[in-house]
Amino acid sequence: MNVVRMLAFVAVALVLQTTLARFLVRGSIGVDLVLVAVVYLSLRAGPTVGIVSGSVAGLAQDALTTGIVGIGGLGKTIVGYLAGVVGSAFIVAQPLPRFLVFFAGTIIEMTVITGLHAVLDAGLPVVPVGAIVAQAFGNSLVGLVVFQLADGLPRAAERWRARR
Amino acid sequence: MALPDIRQRSGYLFLVVAVGHIILISTQVNSRSGVPLLQAFVFGVFAEVQRGTAGVVGGVRGAWDGYVGLRNVHADNVALKQRVRDLEVKLQRERALAGESENLRRLLDLRDRSRMPTRAAEIIGTSPTADFRTVTIDRGTSDGVRADMAVISASGAVGRVVTPSRHAAKVQLLVDRNAAVAVMVGAARVQGIAMGNGENVLRLEYVSSSAVIAKGDTVVTSGIDGIYPQGFVVGRIEEIERAGGTFRAIRVRPAVDFTALEQVLVVLAPPTFVGPESPAAPAAGPGPAGPERRE
Repeated sequence: MNVVRMLAFVAVALVLQTTLARFLVRGSIGVDLVLVAVVYLSLRAGPTVGIVSGSVAGLAQDALTTGIVGIGGLGKTIVGYLAGVVGSAFIVAQPLPRFLVFFAGTIIEMTVITGLHAVLDAGLPVVPVGAIVAQAFGNSLVGLVVFQLADGLPRAAERWRARR
Repeated sequence: MALPDIRQRSGYLFLVVAVGHIILISTQVNSRSGVPLLQAFVFGVFAEVQRGTAGVVGGVRGAWDGYVGLRNVHADNVALKQRVRDLEVKLQRERALAGESENLRRLLDLRDRSRMPTRAAEIIGTSPTADFRTVTIDRGTSDGVRADMAVISASGAVGRVVTPSRHAAKVQLLVDRNAAVAVMVGAARVQGIAMGNGENVLRLEYVSSSAVIAKGDTVVTSGIDGIYPQGFVVGRIEEIERAGGTFRAIRVRPAVDFTALEQVLVVLAPPTFVGPESPAAPAAGPGPAGPERRE
């Protein structure tokens, strides 16, 4: 995958996340578009892209917060790497496996971030398990939509061009 | 722009990136001691490295000091032992000089107190056999030394000159088996003859069976033998054996340590016997006592 396209994809996700966060977040329940982008890129391009995109996206996301820079980066790097490994080792072309990968990726990232904050005594408020699961559902659904759009848009464009 | 070939080794890349993130996190987090986590971690790691290195260096140094560095220790040890021996010899020499000085001081004191014409002499030789107890002094006829002159020391009577030569003289010690000296015992001034037997003890003979003597009594020269001045300590009664009304044996321990003699005085003038009825009392000390001593 082209690095510029990868970075652009991450940047779009980050912009959308920062601009649409107030609409996507309800209390502690929210959708992490940046994570969705990282998992998507990892499933599409493999673990290396997952690592790079996860690292860059996480660091950028951390940089925009007042928290410790690197925690989100490490969490998204792990998720990107694991998702890339899964995408390379298995055929993840159906909605259910993709859903599971997004779901597991969200759980893993939340676990890493929560665990690191606990280890570092960084004062992160305890996120209820229900909120984590709800975010995992939201991310998974958004991820499926992204996959559908990414798969469907080129075909729709071809059809549109053929009709003209 | 394509990703480099590092994509083929994504595991390594993951590790590198993960470690990079951990380092990044560590720089921002303080440990419980207030030290930045990265600093604490790096210090902890390096401290262990330093500890291990120090242990290795210490071990090497210990091995060096304990084994390799001991190459010259043998030579040092030999040199030190030699130095110790030299110092011991020097110490003994110093002690001998101190003892000699003390002996000379006592002898000088004796000479002053005795008021007799005497000649200081040094022991330069001893008897070649153990049966006959003699010593050789470094004064002879050229120094006025004659046969049968008494020889005394600060501790008491030593013996008599038996064979003078020009520059030396042989002195028969009291303990020689052929030596004898007229003595008096105790406050009662009991007369007797102390005789040597070749050992470091004297036999007291010719003591009256009615004499009142006791163990520990001081035995001094009586002067009646014409050799020894009166009043010089010969020794103390060490043992008395009685059989009926007579004495079987009276042993006298000499006052002089004949094995440690170094300097003596040769009495140049013959003694003058005063007699047991003399008002002079026997000496209690090693040297001559009482006003009856003659010059």
